[in-house]
Amino acid sequence: MSRLKVFLSLVKDSLDTTTKGSKQYHLWMAFLTLVMLIGMYCYGVQLKRGLSATGMTDRVSWGLYISNFTFLVGVAAAAVMLVMPTYILKDLDFKRAVLIGEGVAVAALIMCLAFVIADMGGPDVLWHMIPGIGVFNFPRSMLTWDVLVLNGYLFLNMSIPFYILFKHYQGKEPKAAFYVPGALISVFWAVGIHLVTAFLYQGLQSRPFWNNALLGPRFLASAFAAGPALIILVLALIRTHTAFKIADKTIRKLAMVVTVAAQINLIMLISELFKEFYAPTHHSESAYYLFFGLGHKGALLPWIWTSISLNVIATTALTFHKLRNNFKVLYLACLILFFAIWVEKGFGLIVPGFIPGPYGKIVEYTPTAIEIGVTLGIWALGAFVFVILCKTAIKIETGQLRFKG
Amino acid sequence: MMRSGMRNQRKKWFSLNLKNRREQKTAACSCGRTSTGCRAGEPPEPKDGFEQVFDVKMGRRSAFKKLTASLLTGAGLVNTTCSVTAGKTAREKAQIGWDELFKGNYKLMTDAEKKATVERLVRAYQLRTGKTIHMSAKNAESDVLFGYAFNISKCRGYMDCVAACVKENNQDRKSQMQYIRIHEMKDGKGFSFNEADDNYYHEVPAAGHFYMGTQCFHCDNPPCVKVCPVQATWQEADGLVVVDYDWCIGCRYCMAACPYDGRRFNWSKPEVPEEAVNKNQHYLGNRLRKKGVMEKCTFCIQRSRAGKNPACVDACPTGARVFGNLLDPNSTIRWVLENKKVFRLKEDLGTEPKFWYYTD
Repeated sequence: MSRLKVFLSLVKDSLDTTTKGSKQYHLWMAFLTLVMLIGMYCYGVQLKRGLSATGMTDRVSWGLYISNFTFLVGVAAAAVMLVMPTYILKDLDFKRAVLIGEGVAVAALIMCLAFVIADMGGPDVLWHMIPGIGVFNFPRSMLTWDVLVLNGYLFLNMSIPFYILFKHYQGKEPKAAFYVPGALISVFWAVGIHLVTAFLYQGLQSRPFWNNALLGPRFLASAFAAGPALIILVLALIRTHTAFKIADKTIRKLAMVVTVAAQINLIMLISELFKEFYAPTHHSESAYYLFFGLGHKGALLPWIWTSISLNVIATTALTFHKLRNNFKVLYLACLILFFAIWVEKGFGLIVPGFIPGPYGKIVEYTPTAIEIGVTLGIWALGAFVFVILCKTAIKIETGQLRFKG
Repeated sequence: MMRSGMRNQRKKWFSLNLKNRREQKTAACSCGRTSTGCRAGEPPEPKDGFEQVFDVKMGRRSAFKKLTASLLTGAGLVNTTCSVTAGKTAREKAQIGWDELFKGNYKLMTDAEKKATVERLVRAYQLRTGKTIHMSAKNAESDVLFGYAFNISKCRGYMDCVAACVKENNQDRKSQMQYIRIHEMKDGKGFSFNEADDNYYHEVPAAGHFYMGTQCFHCDNPPCVKVCPVQATWQEADGLVVVDYDWCIGCRYCMAACPYDGRRFNWSKPEVPEEAVNKNQHYLGNRLRKKGVMEKCTFCIQRSRAGKNPACVDACPTGARVFGNLLDPNSTIRWVLENKKVFRLKEDLGTEPKFWYYTD
């Protein structure tokens, strides 16, 4: 009973915390709400008109939604780069940042689920997938695996920080024996979510562009570059805008993670390019379309070459200690890298898988305004969720918010 | 997990043979014959579909099901169903809508349940348009495995098959959905699909070209079936790969998995003018579809299970299309397979299409 009382008080206090703030904060939240509302309107249009409101067709049947979903799974998985050092390697430098990392994971996962639902033709019959009352094609369909791992990871990333914050809220120390096993599982789980998401594509013999063994590992490498890059940017913002102290050392260590992952990602890119272009086969056509265009069709060219250039620039900048240790350069490099990988995983991975089609037909894909509206709305939703989670967490962690029972 | 075990015994494609041993032990077929002897694929026990799978009591399950989903969509319907003021027709409509909303996967239904849903759909159409359709829920017959052959030498690209298919199968007229694609290829270039035109509007046959049709190949090892997260698409005992339009959630994973461009999605509400609706329907075939679900060629299940040829076969003016029962040694399709040099597309993928090409 007393636990319930504490919980209710926590809910009340966090509501109180999240609804109060500077003018800047209110403006930011109002902006996010506006974008979310626009997104909801666009989704309403899509529900009414069907998925024909998007740029997707029978030829390119997955687009912006699934691209963003794929990218965000990686961002969610990146929390492991904070969880593992903190809870398992007992690296105290990460202790303060870990909750932020888990907050990013929660927000990213909520966005993932939202993107999947936005992509469904029949969101009203999604209950067909609920085990027990629907039919869950497990273990045959990789999509069912993905549903399991994503929801499991969401649960882990909500329950562990919640337990820790709940204890801190009462001024108690959380019991390590209670949450460390969960943290340990979440480390493997994080690798699992991204590998399973890669298998979703990798397991399709019909799409040679995806059907290659490097896809999964490359997903991981790019995820562990883009995710921590985002976390660095978030930490930088939190450092300057709140009382929450994040040591330089934490950011430096994270920067190291980003650097190594970005380097591995580039090596894998080179390996892929070599395979596709040294001895091109019929199966290299998607890669040709992506990097050079086929015939007169080359809508992805500006995107992919921008992405690769930015990727190389950011990775080079990060590689030099002197540049990486300069925080201004670091933040810029992280921003560039995050964008570059978003383009690479988004436009550069999903869309070319469908081009050319099974019989060589080249039909290009351009997202519609409705689709972009829904996408922006979901990103705003993610940011909104993250800000709310972080605001309460930071207040508790800095000791400003305590249970007064 | 819940696919019929007997299909596996006549597996012809390449796979690691790890699972087979275990399944042979467990999958005793209800037909009484040994598992290797049963090729018929009759549904095992006349039990409720969900019970087969989950072995949960019906009452609680359906109650839970209705409870969950009513929160999402059903509220308005409940209102109408229970209302005393609403008209009799409105109430019946609402009752049908309600029952249809919460029915299970057709694949797992008993024959009685299949009949019930078909009756509901027929009645709903009656209430909506005042016209009566005939809808079948005929199951696969034993000793039937459908196969198809296409004579490349004969096809002239007239596309009568395409027109007949659209008419027969009630495909969306607005988006001009077509199951069949006819690829116009240049002579002397071999089968270079990427240089072929599958959307031509000129007079045929065009000089220096030959034609080749593609559609769903009803693979014996269908990648689309494997990936469906809710088993809304499956292979029937007579080899037809079908979709339960009411169970499909529209994720389009099957579409990405199909190497043959065999699947179509209803990107918007499909429209068929009332006077053009083919009223001879099958639940798994040409009944009217809705927005946001997959559909595909079913070898005209409403015709083929009634002993007729698919519409495309009958419509072809050149006799390029051959359809029949692969298990019948006297069928034309068997004659073609035994006497012609046949081949299939993308055989290296291990999908084992039941659609062969040959030349004169």
